[in-house]
Amino acid sequence: MTTHYLVLSALLFAIGGVGVLVRRNAIVVFMCVELMLNACNLAFVTFARQNGNLDGQLIAFFVMIVAAAEVVIGLAIIVTIFRTRRSASVDDVSLLKY
Amino acid sequence: MEPAEIIQHSGGAIGAAWLMIALPLVGAAILLLGGRRTDKIGHLLGVLMAVASFAVAALSFVQLLGFAPGERRRGIELYDFVPGLAKVGLLVDPLSISFCLLITGVGSLIHIYSIGYMAHDPNRRRFFAYLNLFVAAMLLLVLADNYVALFVGWEGVGLASYLLIGFWQHKPSAATAAKKAFIVNRVGDFGLLIGLFTIFATFHTLAFNDVFANADKASSGTLTAIGLLLLVGACGKSAQLPLQSWLLDAMEGPTPVSALIHAATMVTAGVYLIVRSGPIYQGAETAQLVVTIVGVATLLAGAIIGTAKDDIKKALAGSTMSQIGYMVLAAGIGPAGYAFAIAHLITHGFFKADMFLGAGSVMHAMNDEVDMRKYGALRKVMPVTFATFAIGYLAIIGFPLLSGYFTKDGIIETVMEHNAVLGWLAVLGAGITGFYMSRLVFMTFFGAKRWEPTAHPHESPAVMTWPLIILSIGAIGLGAFLVLGNRFMTFLAPAVGAPEEMPSFHPFSLTGLATLALVAVGAVFAWFRYGAAEVPAVAPRGSFLTTFARRDLYGDALNEALFMRPGQWLTRLAVFFDNRGVDGLVNGLAAGIGGTSGRLRRIQTGFVRSYALSIFLGAAVLAGAWLVVGNL
Amino acid sequence: MGESITFWVLAVVSVIAALGLVFSRRAVYSALMLGVVMLSLAVLYAVQDAPFLAAVQIIVYTGAVMMLFLFVLMLVGVDSSDSLVETIRGQRFWAVVGGLGFAVLLALGIGNAVVGSPKGLTAAAEGGNVSSLAQLIFTRHVFAFEVTSALLITAALGAMVLAHRERTEAKPTQRDLSRQRFAAFGRTGKNPAPLPGPGTYARHNAIDMPALLPDGTISPLSVNRYIARYEESKGILPPEVADVLEQEEAAQRTAAQANGHGGHSTPTVAEEARDGGPDTEPLPEGTEQDTVVAGRVVRPRGESAATEEDGK
Repeated sequence: MTTHYLVLSALLFAIGGVGVLVRRNAIVVFMCVELMLNACNLAFVTFARQNGNLDGQLIAFFVMIVAAAEVVIGLAIIVTIFRTRRSASVDDVSLLKY
Repeated sequence: MEPAEIIQHSGGAIGAAWLMIALPLVGAAILLLGGRRTDKIGHLLGVLMAVASFAVAALSFVQLLGFAPGERRRGIELYDFVPGLAKVGLLVDPLSISFCLLITGVGSLIHIYSIGYMAHDPNRRRFFAYLNLFVAAMLLLVLADNYVALFVGWEGVGLASYLLIGFWQHKPSAATAAKKAFIVNRVGDFGLLIGLFTIFATFHTLAFNDVFANADKASSGTLTAIGLLLLVGACGKSAQLPLQSWLLDAMEGPTPVSALIHAATMVTAGVYLIVRSGPIYQGAETAQLVVTIVGVATLLAGAIIGTAKDDIKKALAGSTMSQIGYMVLAAGIGPAGYAFAIAHLITHGFFKADMFLGAGSVMHAMNDEVDMRKYGALRKVMPVTFATFAIGYLAIIGFPLLSGYFTKDGIIETVMEHNAVLGWLAVLGAGITGFYMSRLVFMTFFGAKRWEPTAHPHESPAVMTWPLIILSIGAIGLGAFLVLGNRFMTFLAPAVGAPEEMPSFHPFSLTGLATLALVAVGAVFAWFRYGAAEVPAVAPRGSFLTTFARRDLYGDALNEALFMRPGQWLTRLAVFFDNRGVDGLVNGLAAGIGGTSGRLRRIQTGFVRSYALSIFLGAAVLAGAWLVVGNL
Repeated sequence: MGESITFWVLAVVSVIAALGLVFSRRAVYSALMLGVVMLSLAVLYAVQDAPFLAAVQIIVYTGAVMMLFLFVLMLVGVDSSDSLVETIRGQRFWAVVGGLGFAVLLALGIGNAVVGSPKGLTAAAEGGNVSSLAQLIFTRHVFAFEVTSALLITAALGAMVLAHRERTEAKPTQRDLSRQRFAAFGRTGKNPAPLPGPGTYARHNAIDMPALLPDGTISPLSVNRYIARYEESKGILPPEVADVLEQEEAAQRTAAQANGHGGHSTPTVAEEARDGGPDTEPLPEGTEQDTVVAGRVVRPRGESAATEEDGK
């Protein structure tokens, strides 16, 4: 059963990764990042049960806290960018290049 | 008889001998640093410093005569340059004081003469500054009591010579000649420098006294090497074969410079060096032999060049080469020759300066024309110049009882005793001297007028003729004064040693008669070619020999073929290698890196998603690698 | 068995929702899909002996983070939909290759890492899941926990700083706006007064209802050109409005011929519409905004056109 959870976690992680790569809307990209984090959390929780200690859950808890902070800052940045560029596309913010 | 011990000395004129060097040096410094403000007093200050220097030299000479002959080597300590290694001091002894008197005496006269000669030159102050600089450097050269200070003076006169040859640097020929003199002298200086290094490596000192005291302890091979290296230096400075090529071109400088530096004083520095380093040469037979061969070769070469030149100064320059060849020849013989070498050097200083200044006077009168084919019949227009020049002429060809007769014949006699072949070659040289000097005089002062229409020859002002007169007095009597009764040989003996037996003067020895006869033949031949006959205004093509002599015995061509062309090829090769090889490598590398970076930077698209993709793929590869490794 | 059923149902749901998150064109749908995934995962946590995390997942993620996403979506423009055409060459292909590779590798790597049945947390969480976790957090990991509080405060401050916009110029007052209007009137002769509202005998105040002058004729100033053009194309332009427009155009032509060029003639409604109306600044293009014409809001067609039909 544990294996199933882990494979599900891997699938969700990969889907999130692909989403980050193919979507241009910064908010959607952010959602995909959250999806990847959640997939990781699932793996942590699964391992916690598999190994019979709470460390996995603890780490998942901390991941959630950090993710919350990250979302707050990331979305603030998106709002700021949108304000100046009238666009939330990650491809528009490409001045820092060759 | 060995040279006497050096006695440390202070006080009196000798104690103040450093003033001899310092005074002209200060003069040069004032004139060079003072700039145009000193334009008005430039020539006067220059003359004053030279004369003051002469006064110190004369007083020192008198004081030196006051000592017993064995105590006439006086050392003056100036300061310890490097304690225990390089003391700087002066050495006043008969040899150096003779040079001092010549340099400051003739130098003063030439300074005075230059007032008139350079009167119309806007840069007269600079000229006098350089002359003073030269006098100071030359005095340092001869007064030094060690090879280091000698070398400083040696380079100093080289610098002054360079500055003065190129004094009219607006003339490309003068600028080129100055550079040529400087470069050829570098070759000689290189030899001298290596010689000094060898001396230091052998004796661990460069002070004359210590080196000469230990000279007999060194192996003859080392001494030969040192002697040959010093000879290279002497050849460069004294325009001896094979480093003679610069002297003829050096005539581009103002005539007083030619008289002072390239006839009377600087070019004799090589003779001084050989005589001063006598103890080294006496331990090296081979080196001595080479010195005499160089001397003979140069005296013949110079004489041959002198026969073909139409430029009055170049003819005189060939003559200078030739006469210095005599001195070197005598100096190569050893103590027997030293006195005659130096005596001839001094009398030559007088009569050659006399003739150069006379030539300058002629040029001054003829609008700076130097081609003797455009002279002729000047004796009536310029009586003083003619008279003094004629005295110099008679002195140099060895007319009986004039200076050259005593000193040059002394050299020939001594050489004849030493080596008959060299002796006869020297006699032959004297005969050629008779020819080319007669040719010069006849073309200039006799025959028909061949002047340019614009020329209005006139006698030079008194400030120019009086030095001529004084110099010609020296040319008349100095030889007899020095040689008769071996006066000069005795005087010099404490400094350079003397032969076992003093030579006695034979007025009518076989050699002397042969010399006189050959000289007479040469002079008469010259009279028929150039005095009595019409001198063509344009030089005839002449035979192969004439061309050979006109082209300076192909010395320049030889240098060009042997050194200049290969050097040029070498530099071209180096430039090519630098441009294509080194630069190509460096530039190619840079271009390669630049091109690669130019393509690589395209990876930086600025799209976050591209970067994310590379991270993602990288992570995938890592995960794959982890799997593979984990399963191994 | 019960867990198995729960897992398979939720696994399928969450994978489909995740794919929907990635492939839906509208960001709001993506957000909702993410909410579905998070709720499914919360249930899975609960199934795996992590009730506290399940609660936190719902409260923090579905409650706070999702709301934040939706707020920002509203700020940025909720109805904008992404174009799904890829602009970076090879991006999509390699993304799919990487995603598949990653999924396979992770499934192989992590999925095969576990051997044997789970130990369960009954021993570890003896005093209940929440109190056991609390014990860990406030004893062994208390320092990390305190640091996260600093992190959260920093994040809050950062969000405020980033989102705050300093006003660089004073806000224009009524007085300033009035001055501007009259300055424009002096310069171009533009009407400073509000445009006429629906006329005296107007039956209602819809936007396509021109105002009537006291004599019962239509005021040309009040005719909305956009609507007129639309109605003309559909052939439903009222004839009296068409007459007014024709008259106005004729007058304009003669004025232009007399002056040689437009000169200082009073700008028409159409011209005002062209240069964006009296009071509004030009808006950046590409954003779908209400267009303000001559002091009135011109709504995107649809609803108002429909309501007008019966009004006539």
